[in-house]
Amino acid sequence: MKEINSIVCAKQIPDPEVPFSNVSVDREKKEVIVDAPNVISPYDENALEAAIRIKEELGGKITVLSLGRKVSDTVLRKTIAAGADALILIEDPGFERLNSNSVAYVLSRAIQKIGAYDLILTGRQAGDWDSGQVGLILAEWLGIPAISLARSIKIKGDRVLVEKTVPVGYEVVEAGLPALITVSNEVGELRYVSRSKMMGLLKRPTPIPKWGSKDLVDNLERLNKIQLVELSTPPDMRRECLIIEGASPEEKADKLAAFFKEITK
Amino acid sequence: MMEILLLVEAKEGYLDKTTLELIRGGSDLAKDLGIGTSAVVVGDETSRLADSVASYGLKKIYKLEHPLLKGFQPEAWVEALEWLCRQITPGIFLISHSFVGKEVAPRLAYRLNTELTTDCLNLNIDPQDGLLIRTKPIYGGNAIALLKCAGLPQMVTVRKNCFGPMEKVTTQSDLVTMVPALDESLIKVKSLKTVKEEVVELDKANMVIAGGRGIVSKEDFEMLGALAQVMSTSQGKVMIGCSRPVVDKCWLSSDRQVGLTGSIIAPETYMAVGISGAIQHLVGMIRSKRIIAINTDPGCNMFKVADVGVVEDYKALIPALIKKLEELA
Repeated sequence: MKEINSIVCAKQIPDPEVPFSNVSVDREKKEVIVDAPNVISPYDENALEAAIRIKEELGGKITVLSLGRKVSDTVLRKTIAAGADALILIEDPGFERLNSNSVAYVLSRAIQKIGAYDLILTGRQAGDWDSGQVGLILAEWLGIPAISLARSIKIKGDRVLVEKTVPVGYEVVEAGLPALITVSNEVGELRYVSRSKMMGLLKRPTPIPKWGSKDLVDNLERLNKIQLVELSTPPDMRRECLIIEGASPEEKADKLAAFFKEITK
Repeated sequence: MMEILLLVEAKEGYLDKTTLELIRGGSDLAKDLGIGTSAVVVGDETSRLADSVASYGLKKIYKLEHPLLKGFQPEAWVEALEWLCRQITPGIFLISHSFVGKEVAPRLAYRLNTELTTDCLNLNIDPQDGLLIRTKPIYGGNAIALLKCAGLPQMVTVRKNCFGPMEKVTTQSDLVTMVPALDESLIKVKSLKTVKEEVVELDKANMVIAGGRGIVSKEDFEMLGALAQVMSTSQGKVMIGCSRPVVDKCWLSSDRQVGLTGSIIAPETYMAVGISGAIQHLVGMIRSKRIIAINTDPGCNMFKVADVGVVEDYKALIPALIKKLEELA
């Protein structure tokens, strides 16, 4: 069987699981401020898990590519602890606030620099802007087939078989390699990385290669930034919550049952 | 003068309501700009769908027909739509933020060398430069961005339920058949089969009981199922939903997921069990008429958006609640 070399594109974002009270907006600077540690965008973690399963079955190498301002090495190193082989950070002041098309362009340049690959895996969308564009546009820049919303990925010789989620159920599709696949959470969550494994890695950290604009782009002017006209906060979602008190679960259940009785009168 | 174009979509062979919403959105913009709105219907045979959309005040309906456009093959649709846009050069192209829209719009924007904004809630025209101002929720709806992009056509995908559906008018649209030259060799991704699954439509429920990360085992969803059963005698149609971590664990299928990437619903009653209230989940249920939260953590987010809360372990509360409801029935 052929070994499969995968490239997983993973974005660092502020933890999307934080309470909304930790999110605020700086209207002046047009910035969203999230009081939360950075994590790998959840769907990108699903993509990494899919890559690791393929590697376990067929062998090969997984390279994680992350574009964005580095906040923490630790977050990115988790991908190595989980099973990736190499990690490359793409960081440059000129790459900040790029639109989806330009992000995809920069990623495509990095992928061409890496060289040979069989699969590109990305999350179906990032957990901050939820645009869902970069993966499909990246495939366009690379000129390779794209399959979105994968829930299962199997390699068969030099082809890839994907079950993708569609509105009526799922569709089985097939494409030749190399191909790009955007991964959905039905694939399953990223395997658990033990604290001791993580600590072990952090004790002997290998340097993470950094690629900037001079490595990837001839002319920064061909990149386009997001044009933010205004940033605001949505209407307040808070409601007045009546907390049902009680000495025991049974007492609380009785009161809650009475509430349901009341609303259906 | 350049026109506004929108993509018609069908659901189970019939005109999808989201298309009527796009027509409303497009017509409002067209009025501001003093131009017309047209639509494109894609398929191997489009007459029935084109006829069903012909009485909503659209100027023209382009019937984009080719044998390869049968069903939905994204590569063929993108190629055909690219060809059409080069023929008619629309100023604005509106697409629903649907399964089809998400597949087609990013690739089409790339091909047409323009910039797409996805999942827009509202659209306006900047009177200064005539560009589209796109209202897009980011960070799970905790911030609202107004964006502008260069490039033609101005392209967006629009979230459902953001515009009211267009009503019928007495005039009929002109039908124009357009046949792109497509070659089978453009299809790199081959569809082998589509497997239909029983798909739960949470938006049809009167009440949704949803479990989240706090649910400790897959079997406990049977407990929620038993509660749903009892509730259904008084609350109408009761369905089981969940937040994203439950789907990640493969305990429930994604059609039950509530949130930004699942269903966005507004039932009469939403009961959140062991759901802390991550921002991307709240988007999916915040418009529910009544929200009930059950969680062991009194500080969790869900209590901030709920009408009624119980700070309790669901494992103790739910069986007691089922028992009591049975007694009261």
